[in-house]
Amino acid sequence: MNITVRVWRQEGPAATGHLETIEATDVSADSSFLEMLDLVNERLISAGREPIAFDHDCREGICGMCSLVIDGVPHGPRRATTTCQLHMRSFTDGATITIEPFRAKAFGVLRDLVVDRSGFDRIIQAGGYASVNTGGAPDANAIPIGKGEADLAMDAAACIGCGACVAACPNASAMLFTAAKVAHYGHLPQGEPERDRRVTRMVETMDAEGFGNCRNYYECEAACPKEIPVDFIAELNRDFRRATVQGGSR
Amino acid sequence: MNLDSKIPSGPVQDAWDKHKFDMKLVNPANKRKFKVLMVGTGLAGGSAAASLAELGYEVDAFCFQDSPRRAHSIAAQGGINAAKNYQNDGDSVWRLFYDTVKGGDFRSREANVYRLAQVSANIIDQCVAQGVPFAREYGGQLANRSFGGAQVSRTFYARGQTGQQLLLGCYAGLARQIDAGNVTMHTRKEMLDVVVVDGLARGILTRDLVTGKIERWAGDAVVLATGGYANVFHLSTNAIGCNVTAAFRAYKRGAGFANPCYTQIHPTCIPVHGEQQSKLTLMSESLRNDGRVWVPKATDETRPPGDIPEHERDYYLERKYPSFGNLSPRDIASRSAKEACDEGRGVGPGKRGVYLDFRDAIARVGEDTIRERYGNLFDMYERITDESPYKVPMRIYPAPHYTMGGLWVDYNLQSTIPGLHVIGEANFSDHGANRLGASALMQGLADGYFVLPATIGHYFATHGPDKQPVDTDHPDFARVEDDVRGRIKKLMGVNGTRSPASFHRELGRLMWDKCGMARNARGLTEALQRIPELREEFWHDVRVLGSGESLNMMLEEAGRVADFMEFAEIMCRDALTREESCGGHFREEHQTEDGEALRNDADFTHVAVWEHTGEDSTPNRHTEALDFPNVHLATRSYK
Ligand code: FES
Repeated sequence: MNITVRVWRQEGPAATGHLETIEATDVSADSSFLEMLDLVNERLISAGREPIAFDHDCREGICGMCSLVIDGVPHGPRRATTTCQLHMRSFTDGATITIEPFRAKAFGVLRDLVVDRSGFDRIIQAGGYASVNTGGAPDANAIPIGKGEADLAMDAAACIGCGACVAACPNASAMLFTAAKVAHYGHLPQGEPERDRRVTRMVETMDAEGFGNCRNYYECEAACPKEIPVDFIAELNRDFRRATVQGGSR
Repeated sequence: MNLDSKIPSGPVQDAWDKHKFDMKLVNPANKRKFKVLMVGTGLAGGSAAASLAELGYEVDAFCFQDSPRRAHSIAAQGGINAAKNYQNDGDSVWRLFYDTVKGGDFRSREANVYRLAQVSANIIDQCVAQGVPFAREYGGQLANRSFGGAQVSRTFYARGQTGQQLLLGCYAGLARQIDAGNVTMHTRKEMLDVVVVDGLARGILTRDLVTGKIERWAGDAVVLATGGYANVFHLSTNAIGCNVTAAFRAYKRGAGFANPCYTQIHPTCIPVHGEQQSKLTLMSESLRNDGRVWVPKATDETRPPGDIPEHERDYYLERKYPSFGNLSPRDIASRSAKEACDEGRGVGPGKRGVYLDFRDAIARVGEDTIRERYGNLFDMYERITDESPYKVPMRIYPAPHYTMGGLWVDYNLQSTIPGLHVIGEANFSDHGANRLGASALMQGLADGYFVLPATIGHYFATHGPDKQPVDTDHPDFARVEDDVRGRIKKLMGVNGTRSPASFHRELGRLMWDKCGMARNARGLTEALQRIPELREEFWHDVRVLGSGESLNMMLEEAGRVADFMEFAEIMCRDALTREESCGGHFREEHQTEDGEALRNDADFTHVAVWEHTGEDSTPNRHTEALDFPNVHLATRSYK
């Protein structure tokens, strides 16, 4: 197929960026979106021009490294699909596709389509863990956990930390990401001892990192490649209220 | 080259406990005086960094991704083995040990494997305590499945995302230590060399992938947890960034490289679709629990799979290996698929594929149950191929997936350079010539949580007090930095016409053809001739644009490809010298009449360790003899 891409180019964090138009001919409909970009890059290189920088690694929808806003939608048009798992057959021949970085105050552009998502790591560092040291753990079956709760914990833990929720949100809020991590531990007895401390510190860090407030637009859920439900945000809010207003002690 | 394996004497069951007692300890108050440089923060590196920090060591950790949570451990789908015997089906540490030694085709170290089996149970306890959401039964107990050719159910899993959940668990532990100030995490930094001072590993050089800055780091020990080298084939199931650079740089500084020819070709991957392909996607082996593998009996078959009647199908794994059937180990299943396709009975484009069919399983347990078990995998398959496995059989073909070879380490996980430790897939130690399913996560976490934290203390206790303090101003750092800068300058200065990727593709194709699933002397000799030529071409014609002082992914790629180009040569050399077939290493000259691997125990019951002897000089091959007092050498049969 033949397509036209309008792609964001920006030399560095401080540079001003612009959209550049590039024709991409003879793209296989079976190739992935990133393979299409590989091809565009190969051709840029032969023409002596610097290739487009974009983040990616596993290319199988699990590491959360790929990003891109494609025609205005984080990870593009296919529901529950990361950019690396998106295939060119999802586009029509002759289409013009606009490709931009994930944009948010807390995600600065490093170059072209590459952004800095380290704010997410700092949110996790603020409490996204159960404080146990290596060694001395009791037998794994000593704490039975009902299948229902375990499954809910797993639903939340499926988050790949890509940041699409932030890119989709008009306020660039990281609420769905944070809520998923809080809910993962919230549904497990292992998370119980630090429940209040975790939610308080993680929400504070989220604010300090410059992520916006959640105003219940729910664009995040629609953009999430792992379909993390917004119900977890309601759970976070409940936990947060209890921890702060009602003076939690954990 | 000193290849003293330091395996403790006495019965294998007591070896680890005895060793732990015999090792010297570091006084708790002194631990913070020792700094560890942890390179790579996947399952092995992340768990080790967190555990060492908890013990009180100072840790600086490095990864080339933007976060430790991206490491490719995350992509492991199927599960993690542990000898818990929760299912009461006769499992034990001894059985896991036995299965792993046999599965590795008698080319691993018994004592290492026993230790792995022994700590496997602690790993599950540890992960559950950290909140890893493993699958559970209705009664609240952990669920298990049988996996990867095991006849007991000892595999723990978290849907099809076991690697992700384990990595997130260990990343969380790491995050906690970063928050506590015990680990300093450096992301988007790639290690480009090791600094050896007076024979001890004392530091590393990194390049900041955002600013291009070359930086020096000094420490009391260096740990490489940098994964495997399957991307030497260009197309593999590894992440695009996976590379051999860190391990290869260490090799060039004196670390022995063991068994580079042992590569695992995974039987169930989505077949290649075309020239623009950048990677291959694995479909979890757990699918073989319910899917049946087959090809048409006739070579000229053109009907769609659903129209081919039962008696015209060849369920070749069930036919050839009746007792293991579709669950036969990876090397055997891969080779059988290749054989069927070589006979012209393959399916799909180019006839390089076989069917993995769920029709019977869906009829037996219903589509809902199959969806519950494999829904996410089926969805992934459909996204990539545009076909629904609920309706038509999957098409699969083997692809490079894991590398059993790696830097040589002794029982303490120390390489031939004192102070340089190697853990996880980056070392060679536990899988022999073939890795069983659900064993990679187990080994990564065993090394990181339990083995290294114990053995590194012994190194500090024995090398600590009398060691000269070294900082980054030491002349050896300056020398290595010159080398690193020189290499980057050289890459940027070639100014040729071809992209690094095009060289990678060409190298990959060559390696897949000559040193892939089946190898022979002629092909390997040809490869050994072609690789240096290709390298020549690379250094004359590669084109790297932009600057070294900014984010430059082309430069990163060029550096990695350059190392693969050199590494490929020792891989072929190793494959050529090993005149036998074992596990993932299949030499066509050495097979039984019915096409099974034929080991040569008399001459090759050893680890081959390659020593770098200088640029343009042939490396030396050393050996470490292997001993099998417990699991007696036998022909591996799954019939
Ligand atoms: S590259 Fe890993 S999720 Fe897309």
